[in-house]
Amino acid sequence: MTTESKNLEVKKEELAPAEGTERTRETRVYIPRTDIYETENEVVLTADVPGADEKSIDITLEKDRLTISAYVEPRRPENYSLAYAEYGVGDFQRSFNISKEIDREKIQAVVKDGVLRLTLPKREAAKTQKIAVKPA
Amino acid sequence: MLSRRYPTSSWFEDMEKLQNEINRLFNTSQPSRSLAAPAFPAMNVWTSGEGALVTAELPGVQKDDIEISVVGQTLSIKGSRQTEELKEGYQYHRQERGYGNFSRSIELPFPVEADKVEAVFDKGLLEITLPRAEADKPRKIVVKSN
Repeated sequence: MTTESKNLEVKKEELAPAEGTERTRETRVYIPRTDIYETENEVVLTADVPGADEKSIDITLEKDRLTISAYVEPRRPENYSLAYAEYGVGDFQRSFNISKEIDREKIQAVVKDGVLRLTLPKREAAKTQKIAVKPA
Repeated sequence: MLSRRYPTSSWFEDMEKLQNEINRLFNTSQPSRSLAAPAFPAMNVWTSGEGALVTAELPGVQKDDIEISVVGQTLSIKGSRQTEELKEGYQYHRQERGYGNFSRSIELPFPVEADKVEAVFDKGLLEITLPRAEADKPRKIVVKSN
């Protein structure tokens, strides 16, 4: 239980491309705000990706690196012109290192109301391998 | 431009300057710069001759928790974002997403038809369509001849 309140942040943080590289898509990329908490059996990750849905989110796992990419098509309403802007619209991307105790086969992802929720179950304790030491 | 026969006050010129300023603010396809939002949520405002379109990103907010009201030329958005209550023994590794109540009002560039305002909330995006008040729309005046 947390009783402290955390302020709603206004500013979106932009992701800088890796040095010496350029993006292939001509849009901005933002770092999604993310909460991560751990329970007895799993690690739960929630990320704000407004404008993205199940069709526009890619989650990849490469070795220990879990990458979330959410593609958001900037909306340009017809016949309207932008009078003033307080936020930019673009893709979201962020990577995390996953610990060895996560069962990679059972990771689940759900997106609702612009929030992506990843459930990363821990490996069953039974699966912990024990190596017997034999006498020579 | 009409040529002036008499010296007039600079009132007309001032009005023209102001008009240009307003046109520049509301008619350019690209805003000159992105303004920093003073409070959550950040909003983008689109305009056309027919009305305004206000958008905001409210990920994780429930549709029923959003309250929108229009009084005169002021649009107000109120709401709250709930946080997940962690059970005992659960532990945060990282907590960046804020929660709690929010409330914000913005001044619209023109009066709107309050009873025709529509709002859609989808994928965490709020979009409010505000038709311009009929009485405020620019009108073309036909010149009659006798």
